[in-house]
Amino acid sequence: MDTAIETVGLVKQFGDKRALDGVDLKVPAGTVLSLLGPNGAGKTTVVRILATLTRPDGGRATVCGNDVVREADLVRRLIGLTGQYASVDENISGWENLYLVGRLTDLPRRRARARADELLEQFGLTAAAKQLPRSYSGGMRRKLDLAASLVGEPRVLYLDEPTTGLDPRSRNALWAAVRARVATGTTVLLTTQYMEEAEALADSVVVMDNGRVIEAGTTDQLRARVGGKVLHIRPTRAADLAQVLRALAGAGLAGASLDAGAGLVRMPIAGDAELTTAVGALASSALPIAGIDTHVPSLDEVFLSLTGAQPAGSGDAAQVRA
Amino acid sequence: MTGQRALARHSLAVARRNLVQVKNDPGQLLAATLTPVLFTVVFLYVLGGAISGGQAGYQQYLMPGIMAQTVTVASIATGIGLNLDFGSGVMDRFRSLPIARSAVLTGRILADACRLVLGQLVVLGFALVIGFRVQTGVLPAVGAVLLMSLYGIALCWIAAYVGLRIRSMQTVQTIGFLWLTPLQFASSIFAPASTMPDWLRVFVEVNPTSLVTDTCRGLLIGGPVAGSAAGALLWIAAMIAVFAPLAVREYRRRP
Repeated sequence: MDTAIETVGLVKQFGDKRALDGVDLKVPAGTVLSLLGPNGAGKTTVVRILATLTRPDGGRATVCGNDVVREADLVRRLIGLTGQYASVDENISGWENLYLVGRLTDLPRRRARARADELLEQFGLTAAAKQLPRSYSGGMRRKLDLAASLVGEPRVLYLDEPTTGLDPRSRNALWAAVRARVATGTTVLLTTQYMEEAEALADSVVVMDNGRVIEAGTTDQLRARVGGKVLHIRPTRAADLAQVLRALAGAGLAGASLDAGAGLVRMPIAGDAELTTAVGALASSALPIAGIDTHVPSLDEVFLSLTGAQPAGSGDAAQVRA
Repeated sequence: MTGQRALARHSLAVARRNLVQVKNDPGQLLAATLTPVLFTVVFLYVLGGAISGGQAGYQQYLMPGIMAQTVTVASIATGIGLNLDFGSGVMDRFRSLPIARSAVLTGRILADACRLVLGQLVVLGFALVIGFRVQTGVLPAVGAVLLMSLYGIALCWIAAYVGLRIRSMQTVQTIGFLWLTPLQFASSIFAPASTMPDWLRVFVEVNPTSLVTDTCRGLLIGGPVAGSAAGALLWIAAMIAVFAPLAVREYRRRP
């Protein structure tokens, strides 16, 4: 399979801080790679280098075989960029934004007009075509931003935290648009802080922390390495927590832990068989249970597992969520 | 497709964008059109009597000066506009597109040139309404408007450099105001150089604003223009030759 994006030993220094410390990536054409990591991991820096906006201080990066520094102009003909903060012009209408990009990507006037209409239609923005993006909702703005990056039919698309701050409905709409694009063979590099987003869109995931790649694989491989799903069991009476733990251990299930603060028992489960056993054990114990549900590991849990440390600033998010 | 033609096309696309911005927010034109009206009121009606003993004669002297003042004030907008573009994400979009880096700058200047010409026509129209008379002819008057606009474009390149070099918008505004003040007031806009003390006259006589204003005066109300026109054009060429490449270099350097 052809390689669409490749970086080798990418280094970027900002003052004293080493933002990227030797990043190697390889994205086969037509696939979606998600860069997962907390704020400051270096995800955006990777995207900015690949989008020819920032020069690397070391290593090299190519897009469809073209060097991002020496052949920046060729790279720009292949890429579309949807930035972390929607990079649309607030002072001209949605339609004018798309028409402008069309003209700048060398579409003839008539074609640029048609393309702007077409994309607005596709993203459900036709009614807002003549309005300034200032009056758009966050979701509409992101959609317009994505539409703008698709005007030139890019072969490689970068999405830098495309759904941060969006409500679930807008997020789903944006995901659907990205999937439609991927179906046409576009290669996508997606950065996100959400495991869920990576799972929804990506073929493979690269986890970054402190400017380094700390893990790579498919979402399933990654999840298996992190320990699959986590079962949360909440007994009706907090006094029963220890009993629940005993019941699970009695059924031969190891690894359960007690979170008295949250009033629940957590247990990593590797597969459906373990889940069935756990439910059976709880049923025969006849303890009153208020809630039982499975969780995909949150990014915090992935990080705990991969680095053995809580990512900076994320605090007790995992606990609070449970 | 040659590089030059692509650059022209991309610059026009960016210029269109900037003009549409003005259309959507016509308030941007207020500074450039209302300021000269205010200055006319202050200098012609408040101070005119003291400066030259009456309005009638002073008006013919002052109005070409007000035209020059209009272009100097209007040029600040170039730096502010570029500075704002960099503050928003839109510059990332431009820089990830396969266009010449200078297209964003030349497009901006092109749109500003339209703004400058419009401002000149507004001021000239206003001058005619309050009694200013062109004593030469249509062609010299067109020449005056074009020369003023050309000078404005040269100032826009300097403003572009400042707007790109300085990160803070407030500072860009302050610096624009600071360097334009001597350029406007230590000139022949409001009073002839011959009425000033020697040390000041040295500056006023080489000030490009004086040379441009004197030329336009000649073109509008008659009088010699050859000497000041040569000086004015030389200044304009030198300003663009120095600051256009500096602005482009600064644009490339911004992360």
